[in-house]
This record gives sequence, structure tokens and C-alpha cells, in this order.
Amino acid sequence: MSILINKSSKVVTQGITGKSGSFHTRMCREYGTNMIAGVAPGKGGQEFEGIPLFNSVSAAKEKTGANVSVIYVPPPFAADAIMETVDADLDLAICITEGIPVLDMLKVQQFMRGKRTRLIGPNCPGVITPGEAKIGIMPGHIHKPGRIGVVSRSGTLTYEAVFQLSLLGLGQSSCVGIGGDPLNGTNFIDCLDLFNKDTGTDAVVMIGEIGGSAEEEACDWIKSNMKKPVVGFICGASAPPGRRMGHAGAIISGGSGTADAKFIAMEKAGVFVTRSPAEIGKRMQEALRK
Amino acid sequence: MNLHEYQAKHVLSGYGLPISDGVLCYTPGEAEAAADALGGGVCVVKAQVHAGGRGKAGGVKVAKTPADARIAAEKILGMTLVTPQTGAAGKKVHKVYVEQGCNIAKEFYLSMVVDRARRSVAIVASKEGGMDIEEVAHSNPEKIITLSVNLAVGVAAFQVQQLGAAYGLDSAATKKLRSVVEGLYRAFVDNDFAMLEINPLVLTADGEFVVLDAKVAVDDNALFRHPELRAMMDYDEVDSKDLRASKAGLSYIALDGNIGCMVNGAGLAMATMDIIQQKGGSPANFLDVGGGATRETVTEAFKILLSDSQVKGILVNIFGGIMKCDVIAQGIIEAARELSVKVPLVVRLQGTNVELGKELLSKSGLNIQPAETMDEAATKIVSSVKK
Repeated sequence: MSILINKSSKVVTQGITGKSGSFHTRMCREYGTNMIAGVAPGKGGQEFEGIPLFNSVSAAKEKTGANVSVIYVPPPFAADAIMETVDADLDLAICITEGIPVLDMLKVQQFMRGKRTRLIGPNCPGVITPGEAKIGIMPGHIHKPGRIGVVSRSGTLTYEAVFQLSLLGLGQSSCVGIGGDPLNGTNFIDCLDLFNKDTGTDAVVMIGEIGGSAEEEACDWIKSNMKKPVVGFICGASAPPGRRMGHAGAIISGGSGTADAKFIAMEKAGVFVTRSPAEIGKRMQEALRK
Repeated sequence: MNLHEYQAKHVLSGYGLPISDGVLCYTPGEAEAAADALGGGVCVVKAQVHAGGRGKAGGVKVAKTPADARIAAEKILGMTLVTPQTGAAGKKVHKVYVEQGCNIAKEFYLSMVVDRARRSVAIVASKEGGMDIEEVAHSNPEKIITLSVNLAVGVAAFQVQQLGAAYGLDSAATKKLRSVVEGLYRAFVDNDFAMLEINPLVLTADGEFVVLDAKVAVDDNALFRHPELRAMMDYDEVDSKDLRASKAGLSYIALDGNIGCMVNGAGLAMATMDIIQQKGGSPANFLDVGGGATRETVTEAFKILLSDSQVKGILVNIFGGIMKCDVIAQGIIEAARELSVKVPLVVRLQGTNVELGKELLSKSGLNIQPAETMDEAATKIVSSVKK
């Protein structure tokens, strides 16, 4: 089993003709994902390596039945691309784009209220259900099908954790990158809830970062709801306050959003914490034995 | 991106906000002339640096005459201001803003920020103006009110009433407050501010409001659509390595330690700094070479790391997903050769084409210590640097 995406997901790529969009659509298709359409305004009727192109998301959906969109559109236009997907009533929008202005995302969130579409990201590596579907930029080959769920704000740090898990024979059910931006479509709680209900997931790895309070809120939720073991790591314990550490959302402001506060919240919630990024896989082994 | 007080006030003045006249000055002579041009009466000489707490540190002085303004400017210009926000090194003052004085009756606090938890623009207000708001939040949180602004509605009239009540204003003053708050909000949204802090928002003895100080941070992600704001970047306030890195498309932050780090991905870069610290070492920087880095970018990254004289060793931790390990290895080899790297270099590669990458490194003839895991890599670099 899995959460969010699987073998039957039908994916349309927005921004398919750009450098990122074209490269990753090819990679995802090679992995086995149903990359069935692309949106490139003005190029409707043309093709990209056999994938039909459309002028709009709704046209793509109508002709191909696409139910998931992955967005590689540049920052000035990405918020609009998300809203277009939501308006076309797709099931899922996965926005890879980094650099979307915060106020644009505020508008997107307001636009999305009451609408069906789930947004993952922005500024995220995407979602993968190993062995079934890969939608995003993560390296498919380090993932192994299995029963550990992974949810993370990070990109390469997630791959590091997945790599450790795979080496120990702990395959993954689904891995979700929720992204590094301060305002996003799907947060830790949403994914933990899905993993909690997923019959194919036994335990979850949760990777957080400094900035904001998403991890603390997730820990409150975990305390009251989570029935499966959670292993947690927070990066940025060594980061200076007030500086944006790469990700727009990774900033300690006014003394809050520190790694330490998040580690403490995790410990209080019964999360199996590791303070070393090199021991995430090992900690999961320990957690599963208990 | 941070704006200086004088720049923030320039932007805000376009929104009909009550801002005193002021002149930017680089020399004591200019300060005296400015005080004179402002009417020769009471004025305030303020250091222009990207940090709060200037007043307590001696960076803000009241001058009763133009001659006093010259004396104040003499003291402030060239001084190194150390405030809780500048860090121990402090910030050198290159310019001052000479502003017309006003008759302060009351001081309030008003700020606007994109509030992640509430998913809205939040207005934070307190009757305790002129003070450190974090102090107030800590000791008297009940003195702070926070309002969420609805994007479609803007600042509602009932919210202005709430602010007026929080400030203890009568209805006449609350009426005047309305245009101030609405103007600030429009400036915030129009210019993609991430944070706007007015501390203090003054009520004068004549019952008028004055925006006496303004601290603004613009959303970096939005600078592409505000070229006039981007042009306000103060290069004196940015570390030269940070600047060089951003020109090369790298994300770099200089820190205090001696172990240079080169990593792909912000989360992994932070985690690498963390594990170095755990092993008893001290990271010299945060550096994310990003997902699309080329051989050239890797070379440039190396150059920036090596330009930091404090760097006594370098740890490269690259997880090659999109980035292929052999490409990274090429970049490392070429850079290390070109720059004759003398400091210990530990390289940990994983991911796409990892075996090819490792092979290239081992055959390069360079003194590179390989590592399999992050743990091994951090342990090796920390002990190499301690020798």
C-alpha cells in the first residue's frame, strides 16, 4: 500500500518543456510512473518524447484523465500554476518550484479553501511510492519498497535517511517531501494521519528543520492520535538565529523555531529521537524492536 | 533582504504615512547642514545599520542645534555598534539619518509579519512602544495583541477599533490611526514585505501620529518583481563571501568556525554542520551547492571556502541524486588542483554514479580522505583539523 500516489496515478507535468520539467518527466517515466500529459501554453497539440502537450491543465485532464499534476514552473508563475490545477479539480498538485513569493502562497492558500485538491509543497522534492510511482526529483534507485513511511521538509537529507533505511533492509511505503517553505499545502500532521491509517505502513520517519512550529504541532497530534512508532530528527541545531538557512522556512525568529525546542517536543510525544543525522536508520531499527 | 530605516521610510512615504522629514548624511558636516535645512531645531541623529537596539548602544542621539548634530554625527559615524542583534562583532556605522524631532507624548509598538501558524498577515501591537518587544512578550504577554488580516478584506474597521483600544486611544485618535494602519498594510502587501516593524509609532503632544522608526525586511523570493527594492541592497552590510556565492547561484552563510562545508541541499547542509559540531568541531559556513550545480559551480564553491582564512579543513558531503557523483568528483579534483589545496579534505559521496566518483577521487593523486557515512566523514575532518 501507500499514501497519495501509486501505480494508477495519472500525471500531468506543468512546465514540461523547461530544463527541470523535461529532465524529470523523463526520469519519472523511466521509473514506471504514468507520465501521460504535459502542459505548455501555446504548444497544445505538440508532443514531448511521445507525451501529448496541452495548453491548459483542464484540457489535459479532459483528454487523458490525469488526476495528479507536478509543477516545475518558475517562481513568478508557479502560484498561478497551482491555482490552475486546483481549479481543474485534480486530486493532487505537487509543486517542486523553489522561490515562490510568500504572499503568493498566502493567496494560493486562500484560493484553495473549500477545494478538493491536495497540494504538496512548494519547494519540495515530490512524492515516491517505491516500486510503483515516483513524482518529483528524488533518485529512484536508493528507495526500496517496504513498510516505513517518510515525511520530511528536506530534499537530500531525506535521501540520506532513505539510504540508511534501505541499507538496513527497511524499505519505504511512501516518502513525502513537504518542502522547505514557511507556507505549504500539506504538513506533518496530514502525512502522519495518512500513514497512521495506511495498512501498508508500520512506522514513520519524520525529518524537521528549524523555523516555524509545524513539528511542535505534529507532536501534539502524535501524542493523542499516532498508533505507530515515529522516529524523528531535526536539522539546524547548529544554525545561528535570525538567518535563513537556505530554505525560506528555515529561520529561527524571536527565539522560537529552534531545533532544541522541537527535539524536546518530540521526546515528550514519545517520538524516538536521534540527534545525529547518521543514525536515523539505526534508530528506526531500535524503534521497531520495542 | 533588509532595508535601512531611511530606505524603509522612503518606501512608506509613498503611502501617505506620517513620516518626519529627514536627510541621509555621510559626514558630520552633512549632518550639521541637514539639521540646519530641517529648521535648526531639535533633530535626531540615527545610525543606519541593519540591526535593532541602536538607541541603547549609543547609535541614536538627540541634537538641539545643528552644531550638536555635527558633534553627534562625529561620535556615531565610524563607531562599531554592538547590539543584541549585531552579535559580538558589531556593525560599523557608515551613514546617519538626521531626522526632524517631534514632541513625543506616547510611544506604541506596531508590526506586521506573515504569520506561518495563522497563515495570514498578522498585525502585532502593544502599548509598550519603544521597548524590546521580545522582552514584553516574555514578561507581559497580555500587553500584546495579535490580529490576523483577511487578504480579501484588508484591515477591517473593527480591527482598527481593537488596535485603538489596545493603545488606550480616544475615538479621535483611533480615527487617525485608521489611515496609518491601512497605509502600512498596503505598503506591506504591495512591496512583498516579510516583516515591517514600527517601534515606536508615536502620538505627539498635538495628537498626531508619527512613524518614528521603521524596520523592513523584504521577501527575498519576491525581489525579482521589485527591482527598485533590490537596488537598495546595502553591500556594506553583507559578508563579501555571501555575496560572491549568491552571484554564483550558491546559498552560503559565513559562520565562526574553521571547518568549511560543501553540501548539496539545505537540510543536508544543516545536518552536516550539526554533526561536525557534535563531534567537537566548528563549522565555518553553511553552503548549499544546489541540485543543478556544475563542475564550475563546485569549483567556485571551493574557491569561496578557501578564501576564508579561518578554514583549516574542508568536508564535502554530497548526496548525488540529480547531481552525479562523477561530476562532483571532477569538480573537486579540478578545483583542488587549480587552487593547490593544502588543508585536509574529507569527501563523502553517495548516490548516482558513486563508484565512478570514488574511483576518480582515488586516482586523482590528491590528498583526499574518503568517507562512507556522515559519521565517518565528520569524525575524520574534526580530527584532521585538531592536529
